Amino acid sequence: MLYINCPHCGMRSQNEFSYGGDASVKRPELNKEVSDQEWDDFVYNRKSLRGKHLELWQHISGCRQWIKVERDTSTHEIFRTFKANEEVA
Amino acid sequence: MSQAFRIGYGGLVNRDKKLSFKFNGKSYFGYEGDTLASALLANGVHLVGRSFKYHRPRGFFGAGVDEPYAIVQLYRNGETEPNIKATEQELFEGLEAKSVNCWPSVNFDIGAINNFLKIFLPAGFYYKTFMWPKSFWYRIYEPFIRKAAGLGVVSTKHDNERYEHKYEYCDLLIAGSGPSGLSSAYAAAKNGASVILAEDKPRFGGSLLTSDVNIGNQSGKDWAEGIIAELKTMPNVVVKNRSQIFGYYDHNMLVMSEKVSDHLPKTKKYHPNKRLWYIRAKEVLISSGSIERPIVFGNNDTPGVMLSSAAKEYLKVYGVLVGKKPLVFTNNDSGYETAIEFKKHGVDPIVLDSRKNPKSEIIDEAKNLAINIKNSYVVVAAQGYKKVKRADIASISDDKKQLGKIESINCDCICVSGFWTPTIHLASQSGNKTKFKEEIDAFVPGVSKQNETTLGSANGVFSLDETLKTSFAAGSELSKKITKNDNNIAIPNVVEKKSSQHDKFWCVPLPKGKNYKRFLDFQNDVAVSDIEIALREGYRSIEHVKRYTTLGMATDQGKTSNLNGLQLVSEIENKVVPAVGHTTFRPPYTPVSIGAIVGREVGKHSKPTRKSPMHSWHEKNNAVFVDAGVWLRPRFYKRGNETLFEASKREAKNVRTNVGVCDVTTLGKIDVKGPDAAELLNRVYTNAWLKLPVGKARYGVMLREDGIVMDDGTTTRISENHYHMTTTTAQAANVLSHLEYYLQLVWPDLNVNVVSTTEQWAGAAIAGPKSRDLLQKLFPNLNVSNEGLPFMGYMEGDLFGVKARIFRISFSGELAYEVNVESDNGNFMWEKIMEVGEDFEIQPYGTEALSTLRIEMGHVAGSELDGRTIPYDNALEGLVSKKKDFIGKRSLLRSAFTAEDRQRIVGVVPLDKKTSIPEGSHLVKDAKAPLPNPKLGHISASCWSVEYDNPFSLAILKNGKNMIGEKLFAMSPLKNKVIPVEIVSSHYVDPKGERVRS
Ligand SMILES: [Zn+2]
Repeated sequence: MLYINCPHCGMRSQNEFSYGGDASVKRPELNKEVSDQEWDDFVYNRKSLRGKHLELWQHISGCRQWIKVERDTSTHEIFRTFKANEEVA
Repeated sequence: MSQAFRIGYGGLVNRDKKLSFKFNGKSYFGYEGDTLASALLANGVHLVGRSFKYHRPRGFFGAGVDEPYAIVQLYRNGETEPNIKATEQELFEGLEAKSVNCWPSVNFDIGAINNFLKIFLPAGFYYKTFMWPKSFWYRIYEPFIRKAAGLGVVSTKHDNERYEHKYEYCDLLIAGSGPSGLSSAYAAAKNGASVILAEDKPRFGGSLLTSDVNIGNQSGKDWAEGIIAELKTMPNVVVKNRSQIFGYYDHNMLVMSEKVSDHLPKTKKYHPNKRLWYIRAKEVLISSGSIERPIVFGNNDTPGVMLSSAAKEYLKVYGVLVGKKPLVFTNNDSGYETAIEFKKHGVDPIVLDSRKNPKSEIIDEAKNLAINIKNSYVVVAAQGYKKVKRADIASISDDKKQLGKIESINCDCICVSGFWTPTIHLASQSGNKTKFKEEIDAFVPGVSKQNETTLGSANGVFSLDETLKTSFAAGSELSKKITKNDNNIAIPNVVEKKSSQHDKFWCVPLPKGKNYKRFLDFQNDVAVSDIEIALREGYRSIEHVKRYTTLGMATDQGKTSNLNGLQLVSEIENKVVPAVGHTTFRPPYTPVSIGAIVGREVGKHSKPTRKSPMHSWHEKNNAVFVDAGVWLRPRFYKRGNETLFEASKREAKNVRTNVGVCDVTTLGKIDVKGPDAAELLNRVYTNAWLKLPVGKARYGVMLREDGIVMDDGTTTRISENHYHMTTTTAQAANVLSHLEYYLQLVWPDLNVNVVSTTEQWAGAAIAGPKSRDLLQKLFPNLNVSNEGLPFMGYMEGDLFGVKARIFRISFSGELAYEVNVESDNGNFMWEKIMEVGEDFEIQPYGTEALSTLRIEMGHVAGSELDGRTIPYDNALEGLVSKKKDFIGKRSLLRSAFTAEDRQRIVGVVPLDKKTSIPEGSHLVKDAKAPLPNPKLGHISASCWSVEYDNPFSLAILKNGKNMIGEKLFAMSPLKNKVIPVEIVSSHYVDPKGERVRS
């Protein structure tokens, strides 16, 4: 079970969180013309990386905040975590 | 029967406390502190079971967790449990156990015929045999295999034992309480670290209980006792025996199974049977020791052949002789230690050493005791069927290829030592890259991936002095890093005998003309010849060889067989062992009972049960409840002998003619507050929300980004910046997460807060033509006329002194209202409604009537919004704004979603107006078409229309828009029904929606 550092609450076990997918995906702006390809990339197409991956988790049984987690998908090592509004450098 | 093999003194059992027990129906005695295995051996019982495949007689091979043979069915306090290792099960008064794998009995076993049908069961026999003819499988092969195989019988009764889960955190978790575990625990504890020390056996001390060593001028055993006693007094230390750490998971999370009650005749009141510990440790020290490995020779599975370390343990811990004419067969010095113990207890052993001329302090001691030692000698084969009677022995050439003349000697047990295999399971599970250590012919942990350190013999260190030094150092260093304390502990002096190099020899060649079975995996009956077949048939990867032959796949997971299997593969393949590699170690290290894994989450405890504030009223009024998600909701209120069908029809009918009241507390409720609340709703729902006035409600549909309907419900503008959103019962949690996602990540600039208020409000829906009259009587001071409170209107009122919210919304399609009060007042509200409603012939209605009412009105619910439909499919396209953007809008342009023949909701009526259509039935054009019959749609919900008094269903049908009036068939192969039907409008009752506005 992963041990995730919630930027709001501290170290908590995975069973307090729910997974939210790739955090690098940006939703196209509202009312903007979007091509089929762009929309498909947003809704469906994911890279399913092996290695370092920035992903979303929600601390559902805690502070209910969505957070960003930088995790290695093959080793499960977690490098850094960020608040929802933090820029990831 | 007397304990003929118990010596008169010694051991750690309590000779003052005699315990009686039964094995295979026969009564015996043992002592407190015995295992079932030691007690049976004390009584001279060596035959405990039959092997899995060939049903060969099986005895005891080990003395602990590595035991491959002695698996029994245990009976305790009216319950039974399979797959219990006799070597681990502690004896208690009244214990009963039976052999498994024996049919009809352990002494006469029909399955042993397999032994003579070896050709029938070679490697891969699962895949090769029993394949043809197909018809034989169910009638002959499967029943035969089922009867003849298996490791016991699972009880089909409810398990009354209680199992608990516990979460724990510590600085250092130490697996194993042998010399290294004790040293590191002591050093870390003295530095103030929080320490958990786990030992799988009942007694602490590991190898110190049986080895002849001195630590700090005390015997190893006394030193261990002193350390444990001191650790137990320290508040920062948890010491647990009977506790097996069986799994090493991500981020230093380990799981341990503590046997709390297995050693007692009966679990104490309020105690669990087992406790599962989830432990998150900053550092893990693995001091799990090592397991002696066998040397492979002919008939090496005969009862009486066992590990030499086990023989020593039975003698030193239990005071039991495994034989009185022991033969010790060794390739290293450990065999001598066992021989010396035999000799000291008055029994003359013979030692066969495969080495030519070994020299060490231990061997010198054996020689001084005048033990008969034969160098360059091996056991060729054990003789005897149910028990070793003799051994064929021979000298062996230096290259280990040629056997000398076979001699037969009498013996009653053969104690084997093929050197030691470090127990690296936990390290390997943690992701450690193990490496092969040439000097010990075994794998040891290499580079750590997590915060773990392996110490002592688990790390391939077999010198006690070195083990203590490295373990004290590790415990001290690791704890110092965490606590910043450094209480330099003096490492005690160690006196031990030096041993010499072991012989790299693991398998005795077959003598000419003999075809003895030489077993590698004792539990799964995998012999040398099976591996040879697998390799001959082209299997190369060790993972494939494992699965094909089942080597190491039994419940002991090859603890005694893996390395010998690897040696064999590498020898045939002309590779070195590390190139062959070992198979993956996976948790659990040893079987864990399902009950322990499940814990307390059984039956009603598996999820919380949520009840509305009116629950007790429903109970008192004969409600029959149904699970709705985690909620309990009244399905119907039973009158007399009414059936579900009769009651729900009565309740629904009463709504259509008078007035009914339904508990709608379970609906999800979310408070949406803030200056941008309207903007959020406008982006979340498909319809327009910016112009909704205060005091008005609106129905809305929300989509996922892929265009699929996520949920629907009404949202009411309570005040300028405050909206009350309702969701379906099932989607409440998902909708809240969904809103939080957009507010926190996508549109953080929106100034809105959302919070669940589901539990804050109790809700009652009042529906039916007389509902306005009832409402007026409930709120005499309010103007609830059609003008005062129009459809989708909202007002606040005073319900006999209680603040109430009144919404004019309808799910039933009738004139209807929903009244909400704070939860604590829910029951008061309900009773008032029932009391005042009496004049209007009010009846409560349950979910079944509720469904009937919404289905015949064509209102969609969860069975239509099933995660596969878009607004059009539900005839909700009128709610999709063309002007503004919203979540999922772009997806609705996908060609599949705009296709002319897109699926759409329709009504379905059986032509005979009598036959109810099972939900889930498929709609087809031709009932007799060849399979697969093309499916045009499916029935999503069915009811008995109270308006028309005939069955009515909703369906999602391809090209539904143009299918009204078509005749189709509803087919339910499950219910074996084919029903001719007509497609009608989904709005079966009041298609113009006049009633809700009346
Ligand atoms: Zn948090």
